Amino acid sequence: MNKHVMNEAIGETRLDRGTQGVIGQGVDRYEGKLKVSGKAPYAYEHLIGEKVAYGFVVPGPIGRARVKSIDTAKARAMPGVLAVVTGDAIMHSSAQPMGPDVPAMKGEIFHYNQPVALVVAETFETARHASHLVEVDYEPLEGHYEMEGRRETGRASDGGPMAADTKRGDFEKAFAASEVQFDRTYTTPSYHAAAMEPHASVAKWDGDQLTVWSSCQLLDLNVKQIANGVGVDASKVRLLSPYIGGGFGSKLGIGPDAVLAALGAREVGRPVKLALTRQNVFQATSRRGETIQRVRIGATKDGRITCFAHETDTPNAEGEGFFEPSGISTVFLYPGDDRLVTHRVVTTDVLTTSAVRAPGEATGMLATESALDELAEQFGIDPIAFRKLNEPEKDPQEDVPFSSRRLLECIDEGARRFGWADRPSKPATRREGEWLVGYGMASASRANSLMASSAEIEMSADGRATVKTSMTDIGTGTYTILQQIAAEMLGLPLDRVDVLLGDTSLPASSGSGGSWGANSAGSSVFVAAEAIVEEFARRLDVDASTLTLKDGHAIAGNRQIPFSEILKRETLTVTGKIEPGDTSDNTNQASYGAHFAEVAVNVTTGETRVRRLLTVGTAGRILNMKTATSQCYGGQIWGIGYALEEELVVDPRSGLIVNHDLAEYHVPVHADVPKLDVVLLEDRDPYASPLAGKGIGELAIAGVGAAINNAVYNATGIRVYDYPITMDKLLPRLPEEVGAAA
Amino acid sequence: MRPFDYARAGNVAEAGQMAGRFIAGGTNLLDLMKLEVETPDKLVDITRLPLRGIEETDDGGLRIGALVSNADLAADPRIRRDYEVLSRALLAGASGQLRNKATTGGNLLQRTRCSYFYEPSQPCNKREPGSGCGAIGGFNRIHAVLGTSDKCIATHPSDMAVAMRALDAVVETQKVDGSTRAIALGEFYRLPGDTPEIENVLEQGELITAVRLPKPFAGQHRYRKVRDRASYAFALVSVAAVVRMDGGKIAEARLAFGGLAHMPWRDETVEKALIGQEPAMANFDKAADILLAEAKGQGENDFKIPLARRTLKAVLADATKGA
Repeated sequence: MNKHVMNEAIGETRLDRGTQGVIGQGVDRYEGKLKVSGKAPYAYEHLIGEKVAYGFVVPGPIGRARVKSIDTAKARAMPGVLAVVTGDAIMHSSAQPMGPDVPAMKGEIFHYNQPVALVVAETFETARHASHLVEVDYEPLEGHYEMEGRRETGRASDGGPMAADTKRGDFEKAFAASEVQFDRTYTTPSYHAAAMEPHASVAKWDGDQLTVWSSCQLLDLNVKQIANGVGVDASKVRLLSPYIGGGFGSKLGIGPDAVLAALGAREVGRPVKLALTRQNVFQATSRRGETIQRVRIGATKDGRITCFAHETDTPNAEGEGFFEPSGISTVFLYPGDDRLVTHRVVTTDVLTTSAVRAPGEATGMLATESALDELAEQFGIDPIAFRKLNEPEKDPQEDVPFSSRRLLECIDEGARRFGWADRPSKPATRREGEWLVGYGMASASRANSLMASSAEIEMSADGRATVKTSMTDIGTGTYTILQQIAAEMLGLPLDRVDVLLGDTSLPASSGSGGSWGANSAGSSVFVAAEAIVEEFARRLDVDASTLTLKDGHAIAGNRQIPFSEILKRETLTVTGKIEPGDTSDNTNQASYGAHFAEVAVNVTTGETRVRRLLTVGTAGRILNMKTATSQCYGGQIWGIGYALEEELVVDPRSGLIVNHDLAEYHVPVHADVPKLDVVLLEDRDPYASPLAGKGIGELAIAGVGAAINNAVYNATGIRVYDYPITMDKLLPRLPEEVGAAA
Repeated sequence: MRPFDYARAGNVAEAGQMAGRFIAGGTNLLDLMKLEVETPDKLVDITRLPLRGIEETDDGGLRIGALVSNADLAADPRIRRDYEVLSRALLAGASGQLRNKATTGGNLLQRTRCSYFYEPSQPCNKREPGSGCGAIGGFNRIHAVLGTSDKCIATHPSDMAVAMRALDAVVETQKVDGSTRAIALGEFYRLPGDTPEIENVLEQGELITAVRLPKPFAGQHRYRKVRDRASYAFALVSVAAVVRMDGGKIAEARLAFGGLAHMPWRDETVEKALIGQEPAMANFDKAADILLAEAKGQGENDFKIPLARRTLKAVLADATKGA
């Protein structure tokens, strides 16, 4: 195996030379035509034409209880019902992404409407109706369904996405001595990933071999989770996720569907299909935890930040280690010698909380970037000037250098393009008819990570390349960028490179998550391609560095040799692997950006509309301008939702997730989204990966909502500290006079 | 979805005698059946009935067949020209796909969007009389502030019906025995009281055949819908208004409200208070005082009371400007 460990900065590569001219180009998606013509099979669409059975989940409609008995007789008596699966192994929610464990119910109800059984029937409709005939007898247990009143019970988890506490110096002492003290508490509600494709699985047994098609992000972990959940060895399980209709973190761990389908298939002796309903997805997978965030900033009288604290309370279920890491970017984004970032997990008996797009930044920067705006105003300094005044030169927590940090360039470029100079200098001073208009901005940052990943490239005798890796494409463009990397490195036209993904029989990969996918899986393809080039050079008896590859030909000196000739009618297969190394420790790596928003707030109703949204970002090398930009559009739209609309409501009396469908859990619709602008600056980060690229998928959500909140303030003079900014929060403080005449 | 019988009605006369729930667009009923909130034993498909026409009536109004889709109704040139408030209300509702499928009769009969009504494990007097109300003391942001009872605080979700209420629409029906009747929309719906499961005055098997609009009302037509996102959300407050000015004073005002009550809300004392008045904010405030005198919030929805006032005032200001 050819392995590259990222121990030092990468030098010039074939990607920089760009001989083939395909890297970075906004080429169409590799699988685009399949998707728009309905020919890309999603999880539920496998085994078309085979004799299968259909599953439907029986929910347990109580917040916390012990199951005394389950009477399945009526359901089983219904014609067409094949089995009702019950027992300890029923998964009550999605698995976490941190390990192979799965949450089995073991006779208990842990949260409202968790799965308690699975009906398997000849048809979907039969299974659905029979699910209502299963009778469950409960012994209710005491449950806690909100953080309120229980915050003092918060625990410091050592099983989360970052350390619970990050400290430096003595914040309390420094804050007490600060000339200026800022102290605000922000709240963000619970959110749901609400991916378009529901969690769905098809499971098929062949003897003791299990094959599962499921909608998953991290296949090499997920296959172990399925094996654990079903109680077989992972070597007996093959997992395939060739196409995925969105994950956003909610498919990092398997959903309950994968194990339920496999248990059902084993019981009835034929493949079982199980797609969670939208109501199931909302109530039985995972969610983002609500947060209560206290932000304290100490500064000098002239506006220099000297100390920074960001303390978050967020819930999770009993025994769960994950927490929403709201302070994740605070650790390095803001200056201050004395620092305190903490997270406490308050146990609640509500659906487990887990990773949702940009865990941490997506909620934390709603708070911190609003705080900076308010603090800048207190100093009478423009928010941009305030950020320039407080731009750290190195990682303020660890004292290591930033691998690259071009935040201020993003801000300046954004300000120029957006027309920041036209921002109303005083809040609530620009009115257009019935609308109050304001501008706001916020910084964006997203910590970068590189994960171990491997890929195989198979060069067929005729000089075509096929990339093979268990990597997933969750709609982000992974197929396309891996094709582009291989094509650029190997000097092949795009149509001579194929990509096979989403199958645990292929080389193990990082999977998709944390914005690491392109960098990690892409680097493994880079390493494999380098090995092929080396082999070509060896066969041609030249130094690889002198070899130019283009359009399927190797050019060495005055020779131009077609690959087919080098390959001598044989297939050449190599595997490449990337591993993170020293550069992850001795540099601080993150993507950066800046958001600019113009909003209009209706003076009569408090309805807020985003009129313009611009994001300028840097994330190292952009592998495909179109798919990268598209990722940013998605982040911006999420930002609109988080600022203005989204809120997963839990009824604190029962633990019911009240708005468990897309009619009442509001995500932005087209009419909420203005023309979006995204500008990605030319950038390289040689410490981040051999590709010199960094994660982008989550960058564009970080801070967007704060830019919108800051614009709402600029429009109305009203600061909102509890997201989302719905009309009821603005109405009491809007001007008395309504309508267009003012 | 509970297994059910399916039959197709061949003509209007037999539809009611087929003893089942009528289904046309099914945009609401099917969702509720999947959740087993609705469990009809039999569906009678009325989509083949000849009720898709929009015809002019002798008195200068329009008769809208019960099966006219929301999309077709909104786009009809006569509706757009003479009943603008109705066209605007229709286009403010649902989504393009739903409006293509949803019918005029079905829209009148859609059920509330109360989350507790949709969750069979929760108490709901509307779904299961006597079981209680989950929304009272629960999440009631979208719920009613007028005409509520201690049994139910649900709202009627239709936009179309609000505009039709302002237009004095009349519902034409045929009963099981073949007799027909015309019910003013103002008498069609019921407040929840002690029987929130009974939402209108239709009898078992009584089929809506048409909705009749009177001769067009002159004046400015407005439909303003306030909601939590720009589209595909139910009204928190909506105002349908037809306002006619004469000599700088309000000569006629027809005002109906959505999002506030168990039915499209109309209060003629509000309208009377405006007649003969100058279009001044103080006068609009007085109208709002009357409208909201009995309004009662449930906590989460308290904001609807000032929101209704502000929206009404803005609509009146807009409809009377330049007069």
